[in-house]
Amino acid sequence: MSAPKGRARRDFLKVSATGATALVVGFQWSTDAFAQEAQERKPKNPFSAWVRIEADGRVRLILGKSEMGQGVTTSLPMILAEELVIDWKQVSVEQAPTDPSLYDHGTGGSGSVRTSWLPLRQAGAAAREMLVQAAANQWAVNPNTCRAEHGEVVHGPRTKRLPYGLLVAAAAKLPVPDLAKVKLLNSNEFRILGTDVPRADIPKKVDGSGVFGIDVRVPGMLYAVVARCPVFGGKPKSFDATKAKAMSGVRHVVEIPAVPAAHSAGGVAVVADTTWAAMRGRDALTIEWDEGPHAQESSATLRAQFVDLLSRPGEVVRNDGDAVAALAKAGTRIEATYELPFQNHSPMEPMNATVHIRADGAEAWLPSQGPQWGQDVISKIAGLPAEKVVVHTTLMGGGFGRRYHADFVAEAAQISKATGAPVQVLFTREDDTQHGFYRPASLHTFTGTVDAQGQPSAWHHRMTSVSIDGYWTPRDKAKPASSEVGGAANLGYAIPNLRMEYAEAKSGVPVMWWRSVEHSVNGFVTECFLDELAAAGKQDPLQLRLRLLAEPRKVRVPPDNESTLDTSRLKAVLELAAAKAGWGKPLPKGRGRGLACHFSFDTYVAEVAEVTVSKEGVKVDRVVAAVDCGRVINPGGARAQIESGIAYGLTAALKSAITIDKGRVQQSNFGDYEMLRIDEAPVIEVHFVPSDAAPTGLGEPGLPPCAPAVMNAVFAATGRRIRRLPIRAGDLA
Amino acid sequence: MAHITLTVNGQPRSVDVDPQTPLLWVLRDTLNLTGTKYGCGIAQCGACTVHIDGEATRSCATSVEDVNGRRITTIEGLSADRTHAAQLAWIAEQVPQCGYCQSGMLMTTAELLKQRSKPTDADIDAALAGHICRCGTYPRIRKAIHRAADATSKPATGGVK
Repeated sequence: MSAPKGRARRDFLKVSATGATALVVGFQWSTDAFAQEAQERKPKNPFSAWVRIEADGRVRLILGKSEMGQGVTTSLPMILAEELVIDWKQVSVEQAPTDPSLYDHGTGGSGSVRTSWLPLRQAGAAAREMLVQAAANQWAVNPNTCRAEHGEVVHGPRTKRLPYGLLVAAAAKLPVPDLAKVKLLNSNEFRILGTDVPRADIPKKVDGSGVFGIDVRVPGMLYAVVARCPVFGGKPKSFDATKAKAMSGVRHVVEIPAVPAAHSAGGVAVVADTTWAAMRGRDALTIEWDEGPHAQESSATLRAQFVDLLSRPGEVVRNDGDAVAALAKAGTRIEATYELPFQNHSPMEPMNATVHIRADGAEAWLPSQGPQWGQDVISKIAGLPAEKVVVHTTLMGGGFGRRYHADFVAEAAQISKATGAPVQVLFTREDDTQHGFYRPASLHTFTGTVDAQGQPSAWHHRMTSVSIDGYWTPRDKAKPASSEVGGAANLGYAIPNLRMEYAEAKSGVPVMWWRSVEHSVNGFVTECFLDELAAAGKQDPLQLRLRLLAEPRKVRVPPDNESTLDTSRLKAVLELAAAKAGWGKPLPKGRGRGLACHFSFDTYVAEVAEVTVSKEGVKVDRVVAAVDCGRVINPGGARAQIESGIAYGLTAALKSAITIDKGRVQQSNFGDYEMLRIDEAPVIEVHFVPSDAAPTGLGEPGLPPCAPAVMNAVFAATGRRIRRLPIRAGDLA
Repeated sequence: MAHITLTVNGQPRSVDVDPQTPLLWVLRDTLNLTGTKYGCGIAQCGACTVHIDGEATRSCATSVEDVNGRRITTIEGLSADRTHAAQLAWIAEQVPQCGYCQSGMLMTTAELLKQRSKPTDADIDAALAGHICRCGTYPRIRKAIHRAADATSKPATGGVK
């Protein structure tokens, strides 16, 4: 019924990954098997999983998530270090080996801090208790008379003290305390959390020494690129590799079948001594394609399908009051159609993977948000047990959801298996643009009314899109609306008659999570249409929102009801953003100010945008964001995540769209799929609501309010509504 | 194949490669200098920027035969110990997120700082508009460049009190 959030989305990640395995080996796991596995999992010894202490007192903390620029290399170990009561300067951070029995590697859903907060605190506190117990045993005193201080255990009035480095050997052998009962620090004891800690991954990102996936170099490795059918779902019918094989540096040409479980397209791989030779070799291939069933699809045919689907009722996902009856009554009636295109993730580092399959084992270097899935895929392709597949997680040059996939891993594994060599597969930028898993395209119709007092009395939202759940989940289990309607079906505003319907469109275009997923769509359409109702009722957009959120309510998000929108927290971020931005202060002609707010990944964000509209187009001058993400772990890093979400959202609002013709993506590189550049970047200010609540998501929630705040500002400046993204030159003519 | 000699980060290097190979891939795959990044291959994103005889250049669109005998500086050679003013400022302002584009950003910034000791925001935008950062670190890049300019314009020792 609504967006999978929290645990539901994480379960979905696991089910998807396993579903993948199932297809490779014809072996079906069930979700029950996972639940059982989780229950049987023994309490982890923190000294095995999370904490390594040397005799000289240096501490290595283990990172179980993947670093893609969001700062987990620092924020997660900060949580461990705090509960361990050590000084940050003692700490170094080490990437965990890929071992799903010890770590929940999956990195996505703005979930790293949100889901690790309690487990890491418990692990750190358990390690501390074990160290204290080890010291108490050595001194033959009651552990309650001992405490942890700056990497030492101290007894009573500091007459006895022992550094952790001398205690760890004994501590690690003690029984692991019940994690649910370990004593966590009080927040007034925090010395690390909430302070600006410089990010541990930054120094190696300014001198070229950081190793991204594409930078992996293994003795004897070969480089490969793959020719894939330009039409989604197509495959090679026949090919001639004579010229390619004759080229200098080309070693092998290998056909690799699609791996449906890894959602890889298959194709013809050219394997060479260098990346350049592989690219040149691919250019020399002659391939006849079987274009498959989607060769006639285009953005126009998809739009026609959307229009048809919206002409009749869809699945009802929210129904308060009686919107249909209310819309038939008197009042000012507003109708609007909103439209958003497919978007590609386009991280700066294109997809790649390095895999070496040998007879007795395999090793892989993956820039992956889901290295456990990559391990699984390699294990099945190699015919080796997973424990024989050593996976190193590298730095990632951006992820944004794309790097959860294992398509590029499957290709590297297939080519390594075929050639016997370590192989690095690289997507060129063109490959990355045209063989992605895209943010779904969607179309929305809204009908609303405002009463004589200017108050919205009815809201009817009909949505259609290509569904992520429809693409990834077997048809008999799919709930196509579930991945698409979040952020719209749980609208927080008190509108008495509120109805939302959803209809799934069919498409051959692969779709998947793109930074903030359905919220990138629904934040835009709902916050812009609310602005339309405010204008129709002659209400100030801020004051109307505050009134509609005035009564404190909790809006549950069906179907899992795990995530709850608290209207008072949404109202508070609106008030903070408006105050910091100077809402209501006059602006010169040609400039406008707009606002929007949105709840996603358990975080509340409001943004105020200021724009200048001229003949040259829209220039976003300033964005002020107010954020309630619970407790802030590392404020500088947290600000960076919001800044980043805004920039990513601006690209989609102002610059880029993926369009389809003849079943293929029409864009290919940054010349026709344009990104925001420095001369288009606004001044950004980020303000956090002070909070002791558990931390919530940050990687994605900055994005959804950005486009509506900007387009509402364009309306304030020009009186024109932009209902289709990205904004086009003609939209303001 | 052709025999090409280069000076890379002060070291003489010679390679036998297809002369049309872009310098980018010679650096990365032949010389194992992987700090210079591939982003687009068509000089649209700036991730591959290096200095050729001191001038910031897109190595993805420069064939190795065209730089035969020339002096190349990559991110690995920008400083010996991460102490170029731009590198220090990048760390101080906590600029990188994923970090992938930052080698190129830094190489162009180093050239900008040589040309303008006190670049304005407009100078910065003009110099770096050929680069793409998908994480959106642009506002921090502007701050870091101003910081680097301030640091380099101060006397190194014996500053006026």
